Amino acid sequence: MGNRQEILLTGAGGQGLILASIVLAQAAVNDNKNVVQTQSYGPEARGGASMAGVIIDIDTIEYPKVVNPTILLCLNQASFTKYLPRIKKIGECVVIVDSTFVSGPFRDEYKVKSYPITRMAKEEIGKEVVANMLALGVLNASTNIIDREIFRESIFELAPKGSGELNQKAFDLGYSLYKHGSGQNKEETIQNSQ
Amino acid sequence: MPETKPVLMQGNEACAEGAISAGVRFYAGYPITPSTEVAEKMAVRLPDLGGVFIQMEDEIASMAAVIGASIGGMRALTATSGPGFSLKQENIGYAIMAEIPCVIVNVQRMGPSTGVPTAPSQGDVMQARWGTHGDHPVIVFSPASVYETYYLTIAAVNLSQKLRQPVILLLDEVVGHMREKVTIPKDSKLMVEKASDKVPADWKPYDDKGLAPLVPFGFGHYYHVTGLFHDQYGFPTGDPPQVERSLERIHEKLMKYRDEVILTNYIGHKEPRVVIITYGCTVRSARAVVKKAYWNNRMPVGLLSLQTLWPFPDKEVKEVARKADVIIVPEMNMGQIVGEVERHVKDEAEVVPLNRYDGEMISPDQISEMIGRWLA
Repeated sequence: MGNRQEILLTGAGGQGLILASIVLAQAAVNDNKNVVQTQSYGPEARGGASMAGVIIDIDTIEYPKVVNPTILLCLNQASFTKYLPRIKKIGECVVIVDSTFVSGPFRDEYKVKSYPITRMAKEEIGKEVVANMLALGVLNASTNIIDREIFRESIFELAPKGSGELNQKAFDLGYSLYKHGSGQNKEETIQNSQ
Repeated sequence: MPETKPVLMQGNEACAEGAISAGVRFYAGYPITPSTEVAEKMAVRLPDLGGVFIQMEDEIASMAAVIGASIGGMRALTATSGPGFSLKQENIGYAIMAEIPCVIVNVQRMGPSTGVPTAPSQGDVMQARWGTHGDHPVIVFSPASVYETYYLTIAAVNLSQKLRQPVILLLDEVVGHMREKVTIPKDSKLMVEKASDKVPADWKPYDDKGLAPLVPFGFGHYYHVTGLFHDQYGFPTGDPPQVERSLERIHEKLMKYRDEVILTNYIGHKEPRVVIITYGCTVRSARAVVKKAYWNNRMPVGLLSLQTLWPFPDKEVKEVARKADVIIVPEMNMGQIVGEVERHVKDEAEVVPLNRYDGEMISPDQISEMIGRWLA
């Protein structure tokens, strides 16, 4: 059971989290792992705090819903407020938030990592819509669940026609965002280095 | 060997793929959450295969179209959810009576009425059995995974053709919507079982002696098709012995092929004290429990999962009841299959329901807690 990753991708409906969860799940398949993906289908999937869950394991996966998140991604304030309390092992779960929309409160024991995900997507790539792939870049750079090249190929495979390279670029930008570390004060250096 | 590659697939998509693998080339339906992806996939796939996709004006018309296509010689399927399943019932009865093969997929959502469209439920088990009127036979399958959905859809289509009997696939929102890694054969034509290759010289559409193969209407034979009780040639009759024989015959044909119709799976201890009996997505929670309790801790626990709900797997249930002290029946409803379990277990074991009807899955913890009470 030690290999099991339970990942919650959360944010506002429309931020592309469901597609992100499918890409992550497809990457897990391409990386020869077992995977189950679920998502919220209610009205919240069209706004508010929507959620997609991905469980990745070497073992077969029985119960398909995320019970004990090991990775939590929050792309807006509402989802941060709603899903942070879902964490059972505080301090062990990797928490990644988009500082563009999430302002806290960040209690120390949660070890929240904050990156300007959407702002970077807009400023560096010129398209907010690729924030989801950028977030996956940060997520995979932080946790190394999937082989990076396999992940990049999976993005190309599932991206809408003609946008494969752009989405891969966003994914790579996620890696450099991670490399420069979390926190608002790091943004300047990233912009200078690009 | 056909080329195979693992893919990420949704339960509803697997249902559509399974149908196509089994030779379904006709889909008629009216979209409804949480079954819509079946229609979406069929709409994309069928035209390229020379098939037909029709979005009808409503659910009962879809059912009529499916019946018409089937008797015209195409393998046909429709998909819906509870509210639409209610509307299809009249024509499901007609297909049973006229012995026209077809597959009806019901991706269950929380009811009654329009209920909670996006919440899972297992509330249509009795509706699947008794939704249409009269003392009719039904076959109902209930898969627990994307993989099982693919293969049970194939089994449903083939069995439906072979027995000239509508088959209902009872999915739930969890299985219908979740995506999983599955490996399915690429060359899907292998999955088609031909049912009507040999037509005897003295072929009668509703032969008294038993199961006559389906000859599509107009393919060399012309016969009468009706929802009224009919004679061997399909013409209406009210003659008591003929009526009685006719009703018995449509029930008997299912029992004759019981081994192919009734599918169950037992995992766990050889001499269990506690057995869980369940179906659909709840099997997954139960399996997680058995994995921990039996595999890791060698506790006397077992799980009988029912892929077939109707005809009810009575022998299989009786067999585990003889060994077990307690049978726990978790269901996402207020208790439907549990009554059937009680009916067959009688005094052999104590039958305990475990029900949840708030629109959420039964968790492994809920089942563990229940087992703990009996093994403490």
